[in-house]
Amino acid sequence: MIHACTLGLHRHVFPDLKAVLAKASPARSGDMLAGVAAASEEERMAARLVLADIPLAHFLNEAVIPYEDDEVTRIILDSHAAGAFLPVAGLTVGEFRDWLLSDAADTASLAALAPGLTPEMVAAVSKLMRNQDLILVAAKCSVVTRFRNTLGLPGRLAVRLQPNHPTDDPRGITASMLDGLLYGAGDAVIGINPATDSLPAITALLRLIDDFREQYAVPTQSCILTHVTNTLRAIDQGAPVDLVFQSIGGSEGVNSSFGVSAALLDEANAAARELGRGTLGNNVMYFETGQGSALSANAHHGVDQQTIEARAYGLARRYQPLLVNTVVGFIGPEYLYDGKQIIRAGLEDHFCGKLLGLPMGCDICYTNHAEADQDDMDTLLTLLGVAGINFIIGVPGADDIMLNYQSTSFHDALYLRRVLDRRRAPEFEEWLEKMRITDYRGELLAQNSQYPLLGLAESIQETP
Amino acid sequence: MSQKPAILTPDPWQQLQGLTRARVALGRAGVSLPMREVLRFGTAHAQARDAVHTALDVDLLANELQADGFKTLAVHSQAADRATYLRRPDYGRRLDPASSGRLADNGKNLWPTRPRLAIVVADGLSSLATSSHTRAFLAALRAHIPDLSTQPLVIATQARVALGDEIGHALGADQVVVLIGERPGLSSPDSLGLYLTAGPRPGLNDAQRNCISNVRPEGLPYAEAARKLAFLIDGARRLGRTGVDLKDDSDAPVLAAPETATPFPPTLNRLEIPA
Repeated sequence: MIHACTLGLHRHVFPDLKAVLAKASPARSGDMLAGVAAASEEERMAARLVLADIPLAHFLNEAVIPYEDDEVTRIILDSHAAGAFLPVAGLTVGEFRDWLLSDAADTASLAALAPGLTPEMVAAVSKLMRNQDLILVAAKCSVVTRFRNTLGLPGRLAVRLQPNHPTDDPRGITASMLDGLLYGAGDAVIGINPATDSLPAITALLRLIDDFREQYAVPTQSCILTHVTNTLRAIDQGAPVDLVFQSIGGSEGVNSSFGVSAALLDEANAAARELGRGTLGNNVMYFETGQGSALSANAHHGVDQQTIEARAYGLARRYQPLLVNTVVGFIGPEYLYDGKQIIRAGLEDHFCGKLLGLPMGCDICYTNHAEADQDDMDTLLTLLGVAGINFIIGVPGADDIMLNYQSTSFHDALYLRRVLDRRRAPEFEEWLEKMRITDYRGELLAQNSQYPLLGLAESIQETP
Repeated sequence: MSQKPAILTPDPWQQLQGLTRARVALGRAGVSLPMREVLRFGTAHAQARDAVHTALDVDLLANELQADGFKTLAVHSQAADRATYLRRPDYGRRLDPASSGRLADNGKNLWPTRPRLAIVVADGLSSLATSSHTRAFLAALRAHIPDLSTQPLVIATQARVALGDEIGHALGADQVVVLIGERPGLSSPDSLGLYLTAGPRPGLNDAQRNCISNVRPEGLPYAEAARKLAFLIDGARRLGRTGVDLKDDSDAPVLAAPETATPFPPTLNRLEIPA
């Protein structure tokens, strides 16, 4: 369907919905690389003016990637809950933005609405929202998930402890893991990006964390971030798999480039649930996403990278995951050029995921060839904290020596807890106090050798 | 004089620092990073940034390599400057018209016999890696290929790995090896990557190359990298191709290049082509 508007002397014409969405998107390098971005600032505003007047219901009739061609589109449209959509069914995208900011949209009504929204509706409205709008609305959303602890409760912030090591050395990994735990991190998951995909190595890492977790009765979950097929094989072999990890994207093509499909994810989700290892709940999936992956896989269908990213969340919610992590600054400057673009993308992803009912976290990160630095990360960290993010990443000193990029540190999480009064997952908080890592307020205690984890740290060094 | 009060809270698990290069046991000022660590981190980031943005001194490198007996030719990609290079990886994979002309006009004069191996020395994402390691690495490679300096040596700027395909093709080379600065890590601003491609021509993909990564004294030493590359060059000649079918049976692992030079998470390994 053709959309058009006149601004001054210029008539701006957009051939279809995906063109309106792409040109309404805030500027970013990936959309320019794909050739879908607005050619001028006026054209961007023209697209926004057009977008604001498009009825939300239109999104159910015009798919940005055809239903016949794409599994993700089919999942999005087939799972759309018409009843849940009713409260906003008569609104345009622009009116929807106002409704989201209004008092009619509270935590309960937003949760009830989530299954009635499609990713494209959510992406569309985000393009009409300023950063403060994205923060305000996301902060009203609450998404709580459970495995061995409870994540996403109001006033809480969790941390994925990411003790990566370039050669998967068990002592090196343990050193980073203990460092993180002694800083009170690890309630979201203890998750390792392995250097190798070999099954024996994956299994060894799973046992390394699981043995530790069992011995110290840590109320958290572990994950080795390997391909879903490896995790399925590990499950077959009886390895202690808590969560199934997979990178996913917002089109069938990008998922196929990742070597996954909905059928494969269905199988993995069922296999992990069947293990019944969660003590408080059975959210077993951990997904990672990031704007730009579809373009990188040449599977973007002319859709802008932020809309495609929201579609990945449409796939993710089929599985009621424990964690969804947008790895926002990892992909590089050809997709998100600088701190401004990374910050905007992080806020968009968090907002879109939350509105769709997902437990969103963010790897607040950058690479050394992006125009970004620690100040940009501090800004995004603070903004996402205010927006009520479920979890962030914790890496020793923010320097991931395996993946060669900068994420957030254990200290960063403590900063956020202090300035925003955010506590850890309740079960984990209790454990930290029992282990004398924190006091009753959640503040770190000075350690001494009599405390169990420091005792363990001292014993590792003595191993030859 | 009063004594300074203890400001920092040290982490009494500093012995863990012996087990990993990760920044563990940093201690804290309140809940924040101590000043010393903030400065240490900032310095590492500054060096990595400079490695990305410092232009390769082509004349200096050419003079040095000529002193080592090579004939050299300088080319440029279609990315006019670093900002364009970072935004448009596709431009970095194609020669600018002037360079194409130079290769066509001068290539045959400089290297009249059909080359077995074209050597492309490229800035990539770290000119520091290229300027620091090229000479020493090529000297090490000469131990395996005595007539190395008779082969074409092209210095390419604002270049991605695939630029070597067009250069190798223009020179009619059997194989091309691209020496290129890899995306700098915080503690490794000068990592050199080596990409070997048989039958270079435009339009190849990264699965058709072999990659040796992290060449630098603190990573994979020159002699070791040269031995592995010589092994792959031999293997590719016998097999007639490079890529996933060419396995490195030398003792250290060589990866069939996935899409990246630096080890990306297997989970996200299709997201970016860094060089």
